[in-house]
Amino acid sequence: MKPAILEVRDLTVHYHTSRGPVQAVNAVSFDIRQHERLGLVGESGSGKSTIALALLRLIRPPGRIESGRVVLDGVDLLGLSVDDMRKMRLAGIALVAQGAMNSLNPVARIKAQLGDGLKDHDVHLSARARDERVNELLDSVGLRRDVADMYPHELSGGMKQRVCIAIAISLRPKLIIADEPTSALDVVVQRQVMDTLLTVSEDLGASMLLIGHDMGLMAQVADRVGIMYAGNFVEVSPSAELFRDPLHPYSQLLIDSLPSLESKGALKGIPGLPPSLLDRPVGCAFRARCPRAFDRCVTEEPLLPEVRPDRLVSCHLY
Amino acid sequence: MAELLEVRHATKIFGGGRLLRKRAGMVALDDFSLTVGTEPPAITAIVGESGGGKTTIARLLLGLTSPTMGEVLYRGTNIQDLARDQRLQYLRDVQVILQDPYEVYNPFYKVDHVLKTPIKEFHLATSARQTQTLMEETLNAVGLRPEETLGRHPHQLSGGQRQRIMVARALLIQPRLIIADEPVSMVDASLRATILESLRLLHRQFGISMLYITHDLTTAYQISQNIIVLYRGEVAEVGDVDLVVKHPLHPYTQLLIESIPAIDTTRTWKQEKRAGDPSTKASPSAHGCKFADRCPHVMDMCRTTVPPLYRTEEGRAAACFLYRDSPQLGEAELNQVLATPVVAHA
Repeated sequence: MKPAILEVRDLTVHYHTSRGPVQAVNAVSFDIRQHERLGLVGESGSGKSTIALALLRLIRPPGRIESGRVVLDGVDLLGLSVDDMRKMRLAGIALVAQGAMNSLNPVARIKAQLGDGLKDHDVHLSARARDERVNELLDSVGLRRDVADMYPHELSGGMKQRVCIAIAISLRPKLIIADEPTSALDVVVQRQVMDTLLTVSEDLGASMLLIGHDMGLMAQVADRVGIMYAGNFVEVSPSAELFRDPLHPYSQLLIDSLPSLESKGALKGIPGLPPSLLDRPVGCAFRARCPRAFDRCVTEEPLLPEVRPDRLVSCHLY
Repeated sequence: MAELLEVRHATKIFGGGRLLRKRAGMVALDDFSLTVGTEPPAITAIVGESGGGKTTIARLLLGLTSPTMGEVLYRGTNIQDLARDQRLQYLRDVQVILQDPYEVYNPFYKVDHVLKTPIKEFHLATSARQTQTLMEETLNAVGLRPEETLGRHPHQLSGGQRQRIMVARALLIQPRLIIADEPVSMVDASLRATILESLRLLHRQFGISMLYITHDLTTAYQISQNIIVLYRGEVAEVGDVDLVVKHPLHPYTQLLIESIPAIDTTRTWKQEKRAGDPSTKASPSAHGCKFADRCPHVMDMCRTTVPPLYRTEEGRAAACFLYRDSPQLGEAELNQVLATPVVAHA
């Protein structure tokens, strides 16, 4: 097993509202190994994107990182000064966001936007060398070089997302966080963009945290997948094993609810709703919807032990 | 009696040269014809990528936009020329469920409002008590508990609950046709199945026809009997959903289906053969097949002539010259290849 590039320990993030703290992420611990692609799935409100923002220290009030440790390649990110953290973003840990293609500045040329990150991180290059670097970046994400002189409105959604990938890799980060990088794109373009993202991250040797709700995409792309429910992991397993043999009851129901192209049948949803994060229930968060809940689930919150090799499951059944 | 809704040779062009600007418009829909009957009721899926013309079809059928050329008929009359009582009947017969369950509600009103309004407008109840009973029955029919939904404001409900209230609202009016435009694309996976199942139930129990507009072939396959695959405003392939999904004929349909990441990890996500240049905003050639630039089987004739629909078998047609040995199917005869499902009325 490869050593971890990122270690997250007991990360807790609350959003402070007038009705009390919303416990969005509740003492979450996980590792991302070198060159690994870890997938993070869960329903909306399960804490996926909050984790992404917390790793980048981009949680804004009323949200706050309450406690925990985030160690990237030996550096504790939560202990860095604001300025050092700013330098760490892009250079150490970069984000490709969901609506990234709408985050481009509509009145600046692509090359200026690619060059901004370089300038801001004190990469002093001559104009010529910078143009050359911009061209390299465009090449690596499969865009033509004349895109450099275009404005965002001249590009399609898939092309804009490629530009965002180019920006994310411009300083060779060790970890790329991709928060639903293709969910706004058509399925054909999704595959092309995903392909690009995987190729460039492999070339860089970067690890990846891939956040999404498309289970098919996770099955195809992630090495391991963590399934979140109400601010915690319920299961973290290698993706092949997870999809073949899910262990946690929530993972089982979730995978069962997915429509397939193989066979038609009744569509099975998961009855009930996730608990309010304002008022987390005692015991297991999933017990109200769980078909296999028993006494212990009501009183005791399950931990996340390794129940089989490399398979972490948070359930009293194991 | 004339069919419920009929689109005849509709073309919709957005923008284009007028006064100052001389630019070719964006052709959202190109000479599209479809008859939407209700006997027997069927679920027909319309799939394709963004810009394919899916939503334009929905908007045309709902009378929210008028075609640049061609016409849309309701029981034989152009929907722009309906008389008052005919128009009221049309509004009743054709209902819509939109994509975003967060934006259709007025946050100031309780959710009861969206149910009470149609009851009032269409005189579905004569007393407050009857109104209440009707609302409760309808909510039960879509699997919601009235005591958990009525009297609440939209922000107190989940996206899935809100979307199911929209399904309930559509059902309340007892329409003949529901047009569902991406009804589950903004809902979480665990709830998606529940909503689709309640749509399927409406179809089976109440004999309501449905046009299910989506970019998601998987859910289209699960709930519909027929499928129409659009590519840039034209029909690429049409027919029985089992035929089209299991053995796609049109290269575009094949590409779409291959691109769906499978949950089965033993099946790999094939890398796309670099067909076409992904770095250009594709502008299809004015003549010929619009898919020619991306097609792995492109021939000379594809670049010069627009392929008609070829009826390759009983329940399917594909607009591709690969199948030019099959007889042609006129655009207006689209319905001939749509399977007519046998539906048991409950």
